[in-house]
Amino acid sequence: MKFSHILPILFITLFSASCSTDNDDDLIINELENLIKVQNLVNDTHTIEVYTKSGSFYTGYNAVSLRIVDNTSKSYIENASINWMPVMQMPTMQHSCPKSDVLKTTNKKTLYDGYIIYQMTNTDGSGWSLTINYTIDGITYVVTDTITVLQSKLQNVSSFQGSDNKRYVIAIIEPTKPIIGINNLVVGLYSMETMMSFPEVENYSLALDPRMPGMSNHSSPNNTDLTYSSTDSMYHADLSLTMTGYWVLNLKLVDAEYTVLKGEDVTETNTQSSLYLELEF
Amino acid sequence: MKKLIVLILGIIYSGVSYGQQSDVIIKKDTTQLDEIIVLGNRNLSNYRQEKTLSSIDNYLEKSNRVTMIKRGNYAWEPTLNNMTSERLNVTIDGMQIFGACTDKMDPITSYVDVSNLKQVTINFGQEGTENGHNIGGAIDLQMPESKFNHSGLKSSVDLGYESNGNYKTCGLELEYSTNKFYLNTDGIYRKSDNYNAGENKEVPFSQFEKFNISTQAGYKLSNNHSLDANIIYDKATDIGYPALPMDVSLAEAIITSVTHNYKSNLSYITSWESKLYFNTITHIMDDSKRPDVPIRMDMPGWSDTYGFYSKLKFTANKHQFQFNLNGFYNRSLAEMTMYPNDSNQPSMFMYTWPDVRTLYSGLYIRDNYTLSDAESISTSVRFGFHNNTIAKDEGLESLKIFYPDLTNSKHRFLTSVASNYHLEKENYHLSLGLGYGERATSVSEGYGFFLYNNFDNFDYIGNPTLKNEKSFEANMKANYLFGNFKIGLESSYFHIRDYIVGEIDASLSPMTIGANGVKIYTALDYASIFDIYLNSSYLLSKTLSINASVGYNYGKGSNNEPLPLIKPFSYLAELNYNTTNFNAALQLEGNGNQSQYSSFYGENETPSYGILNLNFGNIFYLKTNKLVLKYGVENILDRYYSTYADWNNIARQGRNFYINTSFVFN
Repeated sequence: MKFSHILPILFITLFSASCSTDNDDDLIINELENLIKVQNLVNDTHTIEVYTKSGSFYTGYNAVSLRIVDNTSKSYIENASINWMPVMQMPTMQHSCPKSDVLKTTNKKTLYDGYIIYQMTNTDGSGWSLTINYTIDGITYVVTDTITVLQSKLQNVSSFQGSDNKRYVIAIIEPTKPIIGINNLVVGLYSMETMMSFPEVENYSLALDPRMPGMSNHSSPNNTDLTYSSTDSMYHADLSLTMTGYWVLNLKLVDAEYTVLKGEDVTETNTQSSLYLELEF
Repeated sequence: MKKLIVLILGIIYSGVSYGQQSDVIIKKDTTQLDEIIVLGNRNLSNYRQEKTLSSIDNYLEKSNRVTMIKRGNYAWEPTLNNMTSERLNVTIDGMQIFGACTDKMDPITSYVDVSNLKQVTINFGQEGTENGHNIGGAIDLQMPESKFNHSGLKSSVDLGYESNGNYKTCGLELEYSTNKFYLNTDGIYRKSDNYNAGENKEVPFSQFEKFNISTQAGYKLSNNHSLDANIIYDKATDIGYPALPMDVSLAEAIITSVTHNYKSNLSYITSWESKLYFNTITHIMDDSKRPDVPIRMDMPGWSDTYGFYSKLKFTANKHQFQFNLNGFYNRSLAEMTMYPNDSNQPSMFMYTWPDVRTLYSGLYIRDNYTLSDAESISTSVRFGFHNNTIAKDEGLESLKIFYPDLTNSKHRFLTSVASNYHLEKENYHLSLGLGYGERATSVSEGYGFFLYNNFDNFDYIGNPTLKNEKSFEANMKANYLFGNFKIGLESSYFHIRDYIVGEIDASLSPMTIGANGVKIYTALDYASIFDIYLNSSYLLSKTLSINASVGYNYGKGSNNEPLPLIKPFSYLAELNYNTTNFNAALQLEGNGNQSQYSSFYGENETPSYGILNLNFGNIFYLKTNKLVLKYGVENILDRYYSTYADWNNIARQGRNFYINTSFVFN
């Protein structure tokens, strides 16, 4: 815990020693609190610094922060508009994944942020590239580079086909630090419109049944089903976890017409839904 | 003043007390008759205390209205008037101390030994609120008083052996006293293998090993002031619980106190005693010795208590007043870690007692008013302030799963009132009493989180919103003496409002593998508990006597279901022979068929049983030294049986030959 606080500070100390001192040190430290650089994406004019909390990309939900440095003046660009396109190259085709828009981070000067949900990766972390298109003062720039996406230990994202023959991606967003107690569960649900477009799915619902397979698959009380919130375009529920350990969140996806698209109830004979996410703490 | 049973315990150690004890042994049946003279202060049926080195549990069990719930061969849980720990107030010399086990595997009677104590005082119902609130009664394990008796150095050695379980006991005591100073130190060690039930059936996981050392020292500051300090260290290891799925690898207690005694020159102040105390308990439950469990787990628990009391007694005209101002602060924490069979999964953790802090302070006042030579009325009240706080956020969040609006703190005010009328004549005595009392929830009832009870095979969830449990009680006791024949009747009735009990919540999924479901602590509108005992004794000659006792108990809730752990019809008959240096007794004891069992609370019917015991005692004098011998056979017929109080019907001991020897050196 302490280490993750110290690491970015260490990093920044090194970083600021090697580049321009135009920026206030305090500001830099404050801006990058709890963020670790994943990599730089460099073109002739700018360097895009990519940050996450862990310093890596993993399959599942990734909150991503960006900064644009002018290669000549070494100053941070604070007025860019950005969009991005992660792409995975498969043997016969390529596809993207669910992602948000990139917006200026509130209360920060130099940071932009958004999220990307990688639904898969190759075992060695290869296959993905990230293209960033950005516009500064009316001029459009682009930068592309390969990125490494590591496989998460747990299934925090699932890509599946519903009974309506559409493909969907579902990913757990919160809780990032589960507690024993009632957690605010946030899940993103996206439909695969095309290989490159994954819009948010609205107004469906997901039945939630958390279970512990290590303890004869017991459940927990007072969970609620996941319902859509138009505020953040995500699905929210109360998830109660009675103890630490490995939990399977069994889900059943129901569309606005109450048709079950994916997943089954957990019973004595069916210990797990075909649609589930995993969680461990 | 009241129904008060004083149980004289292991006074085995000092020469002076040896004298007293042998008197007791010799005068067994006369002590019975003495009951009439010592009004409301009768000695426990001494005729049933055959072993000097018995555990406290054994001693308690000899009382008529105490039943010990057995989960194994160690750490039995006392019940009074068919009520268990949470409805009782169990103290060590007035000190509050709370077990650290969520599954009641460590009643506090298991953290002291006979070598630490002088006597056990048992009060029933609201007569027992001197040290704290209760519903069923109070047990106070009393330590010896100061001994500034200028007797120099004394020592004693005790050795005991029992054939069943290869049970060995040894004890040593040293005592030194002058007029201004005394030091008393003792140690006792007990070890037993698995015992055999009747018909030579071994009961696996019934072993235990423990030792206990204590030191008490006192210094007389002046004629009026003296200070005493006491420390008890008790450590039990490798304790098997055959009735439970887990054993205990460590149960350890440190119990310390400093006491100030003031003796006034003023005649109306009888005594003034103040004490500061601290005790800490560590209890480690584990299942590492069990060959086959669904999942491995550790369940450690801790309980620390800090407290004080100040007791003042004084007399004014026909009034005898007694005050006790006391308070304590307890911390109870227990956790559970389970290790999944799939080693890729992380261990599973929860707080089963979420670091609950209990703060209590209260005042007790009693007045014993003498109406006439034969009549008196005693009245007592206790008021208390009680607060529970959940100290761990994780624990509060856990409980919020069930109680979303829960806050971390809860206050309660507790009240208790009792009044007794006594009539004492040459040939009979009578006492009638009424009482009202309240109690707060126990830590488990209020804050327990998935506590597995293998009695009914349910997980239990505490309920912090429970109201105080309230009891209205009435009791009577009468003794009549017709020449050599004595007959006594005692009875009590409790009407308990908001009776706390677990209720099935079918919507909840049990945590424990294989459990039937989850129960949440809730309150029945009321429950009724009734008991009646008829005791009689007949003196055949100066040396030969017969005692007999029968009892009937009844308990039912407002849901019309019988309450669990209600004693069925019970009986005891005994033939005693006593001379100055020898005694012998033949006992028959048993229970009737448990027809009023509570299947609703997971009980099954326990069949009737009867067993025979035979015991002997001798005293030999060698100059100033003394040797006391106690020996006998328990369960002579080697009956295979269990009683209603045996957890999951584990069988009791089969035939057992025992011998206890005590050497006293003056």
